[in-house]
Amino acid sequence: MELTQEDVAGVPKKRRTLKPGARPWLQPALVTGAGLPALGISVQGALGKLGANPIAEALNAFGLLALALLVASLGCTPVKMVTGAGWVQPLRRTFGLLGFFYAALHVLLYLAVDQGLALKAIAADVVKRPFITVGMAAFLMLVPLAWTSTQAQMVKLGGARWRKLHKLVYIAVPLGVLHFVLRVKKDLTEPVIFGAIVAVLLGVRAVTAMRKKGAAAG
Amino acid sequence: MGKLPVEPPSSEITPEGIYKGRREFLKNAALYVGTSAALGGSLWGLVRGGSRADPPLPAADVPPLKTPAPSATGSVAKSAFSTDEEQTPFRDVTTYNNYYELGLDKSDPAQNAGSLRARPWTVRIEGEVKQALTLDIDTLLGWFALEERVYRMRCVETWSMVIPWLGFPLADLIKKVEPTSRAKYVAFETLYDPKQLPGQKSGVLDWPYVEGLRIDEATNPLTMLAVGLYGKSLPGQNGAPLRLVVPWKYGFKGIKSIVKIKFTEAQPSTTWNMAAASEYGFYANVNPNVDHPRWSQENERRIGDITRRKTLMFNGYAEHVAQLYTGMDLKNNY
Repeated sequence: MELTQEDVAGVPKKRRTLKPGARPWLQPALVTGAGLPALGISVQGALGKLGANPIAEALNAFGLLALALLVASLGCTPVKMVTGAGWVQPLRRTFGLLGFFYAALHVLLYLAVDQGLALKAIAADVVKRPFITVGMAAFLMLVPLAWTSTQAQMVKLGGARWRKLHKLVYIAVPLGVLHFVLRVKKDLTEPVIFGAIVAVLLGVRAVTAMRKKGAAAG
Repeated sequence: MGKLPVEPPSSEITPEGIYKGRREFLKNAALYVGTSAALGGSLWGLVRGGSRADPPLPAADVPPLKTPAPSATGSVAKSAFSTDEEQTPFRDVTTYNNYYELGLDKSDPAQNAGSLRARPWTVRIEGEVKQALTLDIDTLLGWFALEERVYRMRCVETWSMVIPWLGFPLADLIKKVEPTSRAKYVAFETLYDPKQLPGQKSGVLDWPYVEGLRIDEATNPLTMLAVGLYGKSLPGQNGAPLRLVVPWKYGFKGIKSIVKIKFTEAQPSTTWNMAAASEYGFYANVNPNVDHPRWSQENERRIGDITRRKTLMFNGYAEHVAQLYTGMDLKNNY
């Protein structure tokens, strides 16, 4: 959102959308920054620089990026609660959609390339393998959230219903962590770190919700 | 001395608004670039932080191997057990490794293998044998003519390679050291030295790594002790200077950097079985019909391929080894 000379000259006053303290650079920067790994991985993949097992490497990378960005999305509200920085709150949606973007790449790569669209094998995997069942469930929960992430959908659904629907994220992200835990052969360090962060982020909310209830009752 | 500088006409003075706007624009541009670089950089570090380096070549302290003499046609005599399948490139064989003692990521062992010293190296042979002995690796190498064998290697993680090993049949060593009639199993042990194998400082598995075979598996002509690959000494990340190769079993049976071979009457403990008994059994035969509890073993990705291929019973070596397991329930003895 760059300023035109006209804006700054201040003639049409109402077009001066930038309030002091506005951060017009923030959302574009997050989209660019979070998009860079997708670009980097595609380029490395095309150049044969993703190592001996590029499909597995890209699958793992996309999955990890999805989880990291979804955790960042979950982190916005607690950060606002603790620091009072109101500008952090709207980033929930940005991070959430970016996380969904990588989750979709992850699922697409699994379905189309890793499994070569072998539908029977995929169906068997989803039913028989808990880590795939859990991962797929987490992804399917994210789809309606991404779909209803626009202002228009929010209005259409109505705030209360929209908020209720979007509570699904509190299930989807822990399922994503569980998917990670079930996948690793032995070293649980990374999944446990993710699990701990998610636990703290959800814990902050739970405690706040209980306090509110307590305050209302008292 | 000239005149005092004339003030520029007021029409040339940048209006304060534009001046401030430019500064604002530059500040926003800097914040945009900085923030995207910081976010992009940290995410990149998270997923691609440890991408692979070129593999270190075998350490200089390892004398060159006496490779098999080329035949009259100029090529190394091929073992009857060798496959004609396309060989996995040296670079992939030496940069995509599971060797937790040298790091958990596939690219770690190649980067950390410099700390493993393949000389001096001794192998202790003990247990149910005529006479226990401690052998210098170079003495051991002098005992047998090396041969090249191109084997399929199937990892339990559903990827596979085709590797030209250099080594000798384990059966030859067993014959030479004369186990007693009570020797029903052979147990193997990896070097325990956290200085050389820094991964042993972590508790991800119990160290040292131990493996074992039934004596008839150990003496099967397919089973070999490898000391090299692609005609050169084993790089550290592939288990220098001596490792086990059992091509019909999952890769984790191929214990690396062996310092002890013990003949036993009772079935020895094996590392992955101790770590997760429901997932990794003593036998660990490649079997597309017996799934890992968390994933299917029906297919595999050959390194270098995009699509998967069907996994073969006993990794395609059924004609040589199926008789070892006649009458055994392979679902229970996974």
